[in-house]
Amino acid sequence: MNPWFDNLPALPVLLPLLTAALMLLTRDNQRPVRVMLGAVSLGLQVLVALALIRATQGIGRPAWPDGVGVYLLGNWPAPFGIVLVADRLSALMLGLSAVLGTCAWVYATARWDRAGRHFHPLFLLQMMGLNGAFLAGDLFNLFVFFEILLTASYGLMLHGSGKQRVGAALHYIAVNLIASFLLLIAIALIYGLTGTLNLADLAVQVQQLNQADRQLFDSAAAILGVAFLIKAAAWPLNFWLPNAYAEACAPVAALFAIMTKVGIYALLRIGSLLLPADAPAAFGGAWMFPAGIATLIFGTLGMLASSQARRIAAYAVITSSGTLFAALGMPGATLTGPALYYLLSSVLGLGALFLLLELTERSQSFGADMLAITQEAFETDESDDTSLSEQVVGVPFPAAMAFLGLSFFACALIVVGLPPLSGFVAKFSLLSAALRTAEYGAPDFNVWLLVAVMLASGMASLLAFVRSGIRLFWIPEDLRVPALRLNEAMPILVLMLAAIALTLRAGSVLDYLEDTAWYLNEPIRYTHAVLDTGLKNSKPTRLPSADGTTGLP
Amino acid sequence: MEWILALAIGVLAGSGVWLLLRPRTFQFIMGLVLMAYAVNLFIFAMGRLRLDAPPVIDPEWADPALYADPLPQALVLTAIVIGFATTALFLVVLLASRGMSHTDHVDGEEHQP
Repeated sequence: MNPWFDNLPALPVLLPLLTAALMLLTRDNQRPVRVMLGAVSLGLQVLVALALIRATQGIGRPAWPDGVGVYLLGNWPAPFGIVLVADRLSALMLGLSAVLGTCAWVYATARWDRAGRHFHPLFLLQMMGLNGAFLAGDLFNLFVFFEILLTASYGLMLHGSGKQRVGAALHYIAVNLIASFLLLIAIALIYGLTGTLNLADLAVQVQQLNQADRQLFDSAAAILGVAFLIKAAAWPLNFWLPNAYAEACAPVAALFAIMTKVGIYALLRIGSLLLPADAPAAFGGAWMFPAGIATLIFGTLGMLASSQARRIAAYAVITSSGTLFAALGMPGATLTGPALYYLLSSVLGLGALFLLLELTERSQSFGADMLAITQEAFETDESDDTSLSEQVVGVPFPAAMAFLGLSFFACALIVVGLPPLSGFVAKFSLLSAALRTAEYGAPDFNVWLLVAVMLASGMASLLAFVRSGIRLFWIPEDLRVPALRLNEAMPILVLMLAAIALTLRAGSVLDYLEDTAWYLNEPIRYTHAVLDTGLKNSKPTRLPSADGTTGLP
Repeated sequence: MEWILALAIGVLAGSGVWLLLRPRTFQFIMGLVLMAYAVNLFIFAMGRLRLDAPPVIDPEWADPALYADPLPQALVLTAIVIGFATTALFLVVLLASRGMSHTDHVDGEEHQP
């Protein structure tokens, strides 16, 4: 047996951890070494994620029963030891975070990594936290990986310093610390009631609780849900987000695009496991839908109200969370597949958008933002020199601006959900799945509310993007053409190409996601896969064979 | 003993929440510390209160129901370390914000009524 394949589920956590540790051994002036290490580590993470996606589909080397890979750390049996579980959903999220992380990191090597110390180790530790949260098989390790990714994100959020950024980071850290306390309280309550922290074991134990304990468990689950909803930016728990995301430096903001999705992942995972036990409200129940609609409306209004392009992008993150909540709050699993497709497409689009906006802002002369607003408010446009248009005609349009303009256009199409890119496929499949749920007895009012709010929000986001596009690319008279470096343009291009690939292969991707949704709807496979490994060994070569002799010669 | 612990957790959490809602960063961090105490005691209490009982036993020759639960102690240790680290980190951000904005208001500026 190849040890690399046996240890596959542990690699997404170990790789960034070891690389970050190695980086700390290098001196600050050895930046090329750090860049080399980072490139190797992130490249390997992409490969590992791809291998995991293949493995969970049953293709490739590790043959996992039911497509669930269970890794017992230290080989302790399942409900007692720590487990890492890689199933389809985890593998999908790992792949997404690896691709997004690599792109944001490459972008950062152009200039941002020199804006402060220890950018590279922090970035990799954040990747470790993200990967770990997607793989964690028990509640407490989910909390620990959340803390790792949050602590690294505090450092990254402060990267570059400055009064505005530190102010935004202060709020961001404060809110997340309180959310962590809520998470701890919920975990302690759940442990006190069920006597287990292992997610699979929990799913079994909950069904055996008596009436009084069950009520207490439901309130514990509600606190847990609130903690995840804060991280996933559900209204009214999301006022920290716009400032933090708009103030963070571009590569960090791009990586943060997946941070809210970690909360959604946790809700989806725990919600799916509590499904047979009749999950309490926050996990895909009756309250998630109204919360989603409110978040969607809040995000849309925020996009319309913002004048700064980066704030529009930050509110677009909230809109995307809202759409996901509303879709996952609908009864049944019909919407889960399309919702996951929407998650992929919106994370790619938003990540590219954050990177792009910083490049575009470099082309603006100082104060152009303010000028545009005052011009709009006082309608001073008429007083402009009329001969200007003649001068502008015939001026060659620089390739860099053309690239930025086209990419902005593509990002807007993805985020808003217009054809021909993946955003349209995502929204279309969401809406058609929503209409299908009406046939299965979902309340008509909810279905039509979802359809109406999603369409209206798409329209309003389109307005916001058109307005900021005009302001960024057409209004400025003295555009300074930014010098585009290859390692700044490439990540945007790669993210765009990923979105295009997602559009072209929409059929097979949606098939995979429908399978994922189906797996989530039948959590018995997950629980069996984890608990059955209880007394078996994940590394068969070291298991004593049936006749009692050790397998070793 | 239960009600003393419950009262202690309640008082700590109550004063913690009150301080968290105050506008000064120092009050906020004090609230954070009190909340951390409350949460840690709460985790500890979730292993049920039991005096003079050994935590780790062999179920072969003893009834586990008679012994203390060792896991919350491990959990609370982790939670203390993480809470301590994040509080220290927050303290640094607090000082940076204080230095840059010359005020200890959480918004970085004084609000005149």
